[in-house]
Amino acid sequence: MIRKAVAYLDSRAGAAPLLKKALRYVFPDHWSFLLGEVALYSFVILVGTGIYLTLFFDPSTAKTVYNGSYAPLQGARVSEAYKSVVDLSLERKAGLLMRQTHHWAANVFIAAIVLHLIRVFFTGAFRKPRDLIYYAGLGMLMLALLEGFLGYSLADDLLSGMGLAIAYSVAMSFPFFGANLALLVWGDPFPGDAAFWPRMYIGHVLLLPVLIGGLLALHLGLLVARHHTQFRQERETERRVVGLPTFPGYVPRTLGLASGVAGLLFLLGGLVQINPIWLWGPYEVSQGTNGAQPDWYLGWLIGGLRLMPGFDVTIGDYTLVPNAFWAGAGFPLFVFLVLLLWPWLERKATGDHAVHNLLDRPRDAPWRTAIGVGLLTWVFLVFFFGTADRLYVYFGASYTTQLWVYRVLVWVLPVAAGAVAYRVCNELRAGERVARERKRAEEEAPYIIGT
Amino acid sequence: MSRAVLIGALAALVLALPAAADPPRPGVYTDAGSSSAAGTPRGLAAEGYALYGANCATCHGSAGAGIVAPSKARGSGETPRFGPPLRGVGARAADFYLRTGYMPLESPRDQPSRSRVLFTDRQIRALVAYVASLGGGPPVPRPHPERGSLSEGLKAFTEHCAGCHQVVAEGGIVTGARVPPLEQATAVQIAEAVRIGPYLMPRFSRRQLSDAELDSIVRYVQYAKHPHDEGGWAIGHLGPFPEGMVTWLIGGTLLVGLCLVIGRRAHR
Amino acid sequence: MKLVRLVLAVLRLWRNWPEAEAREPRIVAEGKPDRRAELAVLGLLAAASICGVAFIAVYALDRLPRQTQLLGLSLGLTFVFVAAALIVVGRRLVPYEELEEHYPEPAHPEEQEDVVRIVDESGSRFTRKRLLKLAAAGTGGVVATALVTPAVSLGPVFDTDRLYRTPWHRGRRLVDEAGRPYLAAAIETDTFYTAYPEDAPRDDLAAPLVVVRLDPGKLRLPAGRDGWAPRGILAYSKTCTHAACAIALYRTPLFEPTSPRPALVCPCHYSTFDPATGGTVLFGPAGRPLPQLPLAIDDAGHLRAGGGFSGPIGPSWWGVRERKRV
Repeated sequence: MIRKAVAYLDSRAGAAPLLKKALRYVFPDHWSFLLGEVALYSFVILVGTGIYLTLFFDPSTAKTVYNGSYAPLQGARVSEAYKSVVDLSLERKAGLLMRQTHHWAANVFIAAIVLHLIRVFFTGAFRKPRDLIYYAGLGMLMLALLEGFLGYSLADDLLSGMGLAIAYSVAMSFPFFGANLALLVWGDPFPGDAAFWPRMYIGHVLLLPVLIGGLLALHLGLLVARHHTQFRQERETERRVVGLPTFPGYVPRTLGLASGVAGLLFLLGGLVQINPIWLWGPYEVSQGTNGAQPDWYLGWLIGGLRLMPGFDVTIGDYTLVPNAFWAGAGFPLFVFLVLLLWPWLERKATGDHAVHNLLDRPRDAPWRTAIGVGLLTWVFLVFFFGTADRLYVYFGASYTTQLWVYRVLVWVLPVAAGAVAYRVCNELRAGERVARERKRAEEEAPYIIGT
Repeated sequence: MSRAVLIGALAALVLALPAAADPPRPGVYTDAGSSSAAGTPRGLAAEGYALYGANCATCHGSAGAGIVAPSKARGSGETPRFGPPLRGVGARAADFYLRTGYMPLESPRDQPSRSRVLFTDRQIRALVAYVASLGGGPPVPRPHPERGSLSEGLKAFTEHCAGCHQVVAEGGIVTGARVPPLEQATAVQIAEAVRIGPYLMPRFSRRQLSDAELDSIVRYVQYAKHPHDEGGWAIGHLGPFPEGMVTWLIGGTLLVGLCLVIGRRAHR
Repeated sequence: MKLVRLVLAVLRLWRNWPEAEAREPRIVAEGKPDRRAELAVLGLLAAASICGVAFIAVYALDRLPRQTQLLGLSLGLTFVFVAAALIVVGRRLVPYEELEEHYPEPAHPEEQEDVVRIVDESGSRFTRKRLLKLAAAGTGGVVATALVTPAVSLGPVFDTDRLYRTPWHRGRRLVDEAGRPYLAAAIETDTFYTAYPEDAPRDDLAAPLVVVRLDPGKLRLPAGRDGWAPRGILAYSKTCTHAACAIALYRTPLFEPTSPRPALVCPCHYSTFDPATGGTVLFGPAGRPLPQLPLAIDDAGHLRAGGGFSGPIGPSWWGVRERKRV
């Protein structure tokens, strides 16, 4: 059977040498190298469940009257888009399972990308010859944020409508061309013209997924071309990669991971409710609900928007930079700019232009680790301020007090955390040096005593 | 872990500890009223008068006159005591503030919030009768949520209430104050609060929200305590905030765990 | 005959009987059989199949309570069991090998040189290289611009004036959710009303108003707004000037001496505006006051707009004139 299939493929495609090479391709083995695969398999689930959802969704803002089975919405004036999502959730068998799995997969997808990015950053995996792979990865992360936001917005419920209004305001806030940009994208002042919903839809189901897919192909293709990094151990060197072969070692493991990701996402999708839009109700520009939030991966933006002191940059009564720009666009753009420039910055700072196939441990590069920890702390604090209103509701910690505490902490803690990280790295390295010297001394000791 | 559940449990624990420590709470004096003739409203009001004098008059003034402008000379170092007049607020307000535990308040500048009710049912009835006797005012309302419509309720709640109370009545904040979740609010209390507008809440008259609309709102709020959670574990009906926590704390943990099981953990 | 061979093959696999004839040296490393692990894999596959069948059964059954949960549980567990089986296979049943391999060459200097030469030599017949390059780049730019031009049709990209447009102008009546005009006499203190323009679309950031009533003696409106608040009735745009959420909160103290003053609050980022002073910002990230709409009371006692807003409504943009009456 196998023999016949191989013979067939080889004679038709000359594939035998390639197959043999592929089967024995080497994968270095470390748990942290699997985080990117978690993101990959989440993406597969997203595409699969997403295709299912497109078969039911109606991307139209035309108004209709809800007359489905959910009593509190009876007779409500809603958009076709909203109605189709509520109907898919409450009237179609397995519809809600697919929708919730899709949404959980989006949340997990971006979480896995972030974990993967953290691993890549702190181990120096982005260095030459893999900086292109890193840029492709960052590109996917940025596209994934936009893709997730569009998906969240398409349902046209109360929360997503508020989110879109904020996105519109952030688009408007760009210096020089903000108003033009917003009018271009929305087709009219908010909530935009009738074509806006189909635009979001085609962006969500075709343009962005295809772009992400393209970058994914580039990411993986380049990875195969330059091969995987590895940690320095006994046999691993800059010139020699050690690990499991694709077959038989790696295939059952990675398929096991894929199955595990699918299992978790379907379990979450069936057991834990996510974005119950029938409870939120439809969106109207005149309505709002307290403490509206975006999905977690945009939480750093809402935290920043709330944290900003209230001012527009103006000359007289002529506005230059509206407030929403700083936290809604400037902040994420700055963070991504730092991440994009980082490989170059590091090469400039260290003068290290060499090829690196061996990974650093975080302690091996104290400056990088310190700056990374600082940046992460900064973003996390801004992110966490987004929870201040709920903490006030639950614990009574005054929102205003929290605001001022965060306004200080956001600048103090990153520096402190970076300094601590730097110190810890150096201590760890010093400890290792001492241990090495002691070991050497102990090895030499008998001879010293003997002489 | 649902944040709401976790935090609710923590909060309950924190609140329960001091409360359990001293059963007779400071600030409540319950020895009055033993000599009055029980049963008749008049007797009940008389019983309330004694309770009022012992527990309420420091802030609300004698006979519900209110203390609007506190004199600073009085009680140096002590928190100035002042509070709104109670003449004409009627049984409705007294019933609401006492049965929610909003009153008595530790300090007049505190936000009244739902806490353990300090008076017995009889004492509350006595105080309510007394406050009602101070000068007319509306009676305790009798909402009929069963007559209301859920869809009208959701619509009216979204328009008038969701900005503060959140669309599934999970509470929220307004600048300078907390907005309570409505999980524990009874039908009567909701009807009372809508008409009274406690603390910083707007007051909605019959002209703005008819009794029929109010019934629908009450029905919706009752429904929102246990709404249609078709999707499974509701994680607090708060949307992305608890969803993000589940993503990281459950999803992230399990997936990192899975990577640890599949991949090599330590160096050779 | 075939059947016998198949049975033998299965038995050989099962028993791990050695093949009869001698073989070439193995490619894949050897390892000991692990029959307990095999058993575990069989068990896990069986469990996965049971869950998969359960999923189909749950799907087929109508009127099952908690169907979404049962579907998710069965399908999720199917994959969990498959994952467990594969992990056992990967960790316990396939030979564990660690291969070594050389990293690909970091660079191919000869090929690099050849590529450069190919490009160079291909251009050897050109004499005015710089000019041609410039012309090619210019043409490329023009073609790209031409191709992008139709994107301008997406929206009125240069017509930012329409951001100032509002349906509110002198004389337009304020109506409620159901379209009934508001009577000035019906507007009470300590509550808020949402108003819409009569006979105009409501799906517009400029349409909704929040209407409140304050004690006229306590108003401190900016200069030039005399008569904007008849009987203390004030109307503001309901769209936050920070990020366009609806100002759906009205903070109104029951007992003023012990509470914060009246304020309009946005539920997204908690920008807080003072209705008594013309919508100035009390707290939060908003950089611009809430635009006020002058009100008038007509002979029938209805509320009408007395003119346009005190400033542009909605979120700010580069170039917006803060004090432009719209």
